[in-house]
Amino acid sequence: MDRTVVNTSAAEAKPVGVTSAYSIAHLRHVPRRHYGRWVAAALILLAFAAVAKAFAEGQIAWPVVAQFFTAPAILSGLANTILMTVCAMVLGIALGVLFAIMVMSPNPVLKNVAVFYIWFFRGTPLLLQLLLWFNLALVFPRLGIPGLFEARTVDVMTPFVATLLGLGINQGAYTAEVVRGGILSVDVGQTEAAKAIGMTRLTTLRRIVLPQAMRVIIPPVGNEVISMVKLTSVASVIQYAEILRNAQTIYYANARVIELLIVAAIWYLVVVTILSIGQHYLERYFSRGRGDRRPARAAAAAPEAA
Amino acid sequence: MQGAAATPMVVAVDVHKHFGPLHALQGVSLEIPRGEVLCIIGPSGSGKSTFLRCINQLERIDAGAIWVDGELAGFRRDGDALYELTDAEVARQRLASGMVFQRFNLFAHMTALENIIEGPVTVQKRAKKEASAEALALLERVGLADKRNAYPSELSGGQQQRIAIARALAMKPKLMLFDEPTSALDPELVGEVLAVMRHLATTGMTMIVVTHELGFAREVANRVVFMDRGRIVEVGPPREVLVDPREQRTRDFIAAVLS
Ligand SMILES: Nc1ncnc2c1ncn2[C@@H]1O[C@H](COP(=O)(O)OP(=O)(O)O)[C@@H](O)[C@H]1O
Ligand SMILES: [Mg+2]
Repeated sequence: MDRTVVNTSAAEAKPVGVTSAYSIAHLRHVPRRHYGRWVAAALILLAFAAVAKAFAEGQIAWPVVAQFFTAPAILSGLANTILMTVCAMVLGIALGVLFAIMVMSPNPVLKNVAVFYIWFFRGTPLLLQLLLWFNLALVFPRLGIPGLFEARTVDVMTPFVATLLGLGINQGAYTAEVVRGGILSVDVGQTEAAKAIGMTRLTTLRRIVLPQAMRVIIPPVGNEVISMVKLTSVASVIQYAEILRNAQTIYYANARVIELLIVAAIWYLVVVTILSIGQHYLERYFSRGRGDRRPARAAAAAPEAA
Repeated sequence: MQGAAATPMVVAVDVHKHFGPLHALQGVSLEIPRGEVLCIIGPSGSGKSTFLRCINQLERIDAGAIWVDGELAGFRRDGDALYELTDAEVARQRLASGMVFQRFNLFAHMTALENIIEGPVTVQKRAKKEASAEALALLERVGLADKRNAYPSELSGGQQQRIAIARALAMKPKLMLFDEPTSALDPELVGEVLAVMRHLATTGMTMIVVTHELGFAREVANRVVFMDRGRIVEVGPPREVLVDPREQRTRDFIAAVLS
């Protein structure tokens, strides 16, 4: 009753069918005030300032950091770190895909070999695996295929080879699980449609399933590449000359421990930052056709007559 | 020895299929001559999809035999023994038939055009240029030439299903299998897909269509099969099976669908 009365008094200004008690569109919006954020920001800035001051006044010779930042031994260590990251990841991803396919294979022999591989290399510490590879000569003094080629194990198992095998094979065991998850994430309808146009099992995997699984595989593998950059430092125990080992070699000589560790830390951060940017673009590429282009093309996909 | 023209396109003899304890196909026998449009109707779970999937070997049959285009599906006969075919041989046999799925199953990471040329280029090793030209003609035929660069996620259900039909036709199959091609569509999109299928029927293509569209069946089918609980209950021309069925079960089903 009341409402109808109010309604008639201000009839013109309002949309049809809405009583004036509900027409508040003309009122001013006052955003919520985030006082907590200001306090937190102030406290954190204060803490930062304190830490920066401590470092600036602490026992760090910044000129030494600058001096060794591009020292030949550091740069060659950096190159070795990057080289090993790339090689170990390539090996790891290749093995990961291979063993993921084997685990999902209907062939029980292949399947069990793959299950064993994943069990063994995920179940033992990486450091232990590196030491095993490096000391393989104790078990097999000579390596080779009889009649084809043969060599002394110590000549073959250089720090580079031992590190590559250790990191790559270990990585493969983890990547296999990631790839398997990716493959399982692809709808079975995709596989059936591929079979229906005459594709074999392997062609279906290569052309249809793996490209779509990539969307799920890339983010965790990207993270693993980033861990790998840092994991290569473990190889210093078997004398692989990566950046951290070279930094250590230098500070054993000149006792500038913290300065050289800072040099190495900055280089790790540079590499990881560049990789993160690359990962972003890769993820975007493999999510094509997944609706992320939809807003741009929605107009083009408007319904039309049959 | 009969000539190829005289052999039926599909011959199924006493086909059985089990899923664990479930006996999904309980002795299905059927002959489908070349050029026939056959519609399969029946309640949900009666084995229609399973039968269709056995024809192109997405399912393995447990007993019986199926010949497609005169060739024994899934086995090679040598004397008294049947040798199971390899993955590659089964893939080759599947080229005889094209399949259209209820849920379209377009390759999500490929555009419409890429979906259509994938089979010709990857499986049949044909030149990409030639395959693309044919694909464009097919897109024209299903009325979607302007959507060639669209991804499936950008297309309506009806458009996706028409692309899926074009993808199957690009392989130049002798037989087309449709598993409820309009069941996942909004009602207003059913017509555009049925129109494409109706046109395909006029070209003389052998078609097996599992459908609940009784109007389509009555109008286009040469014969209609009614399945129930893993068996074929009734086969005949649409005006018999759909209008004046012999079996009570068929009559009940049609009444239920029409109500
Ligand atoms: N892959 C499968 N595993 C187990 N049971 C299945 C499978 N496919 C189909 N079935 C069962 O087989 C029966 C027939 O299924 P289906 O051929 O899909 O029926 P329709 O297509 O007539 O609805 C149903 O009971 C269904 O649940
Ligand atoms: Mg079905």
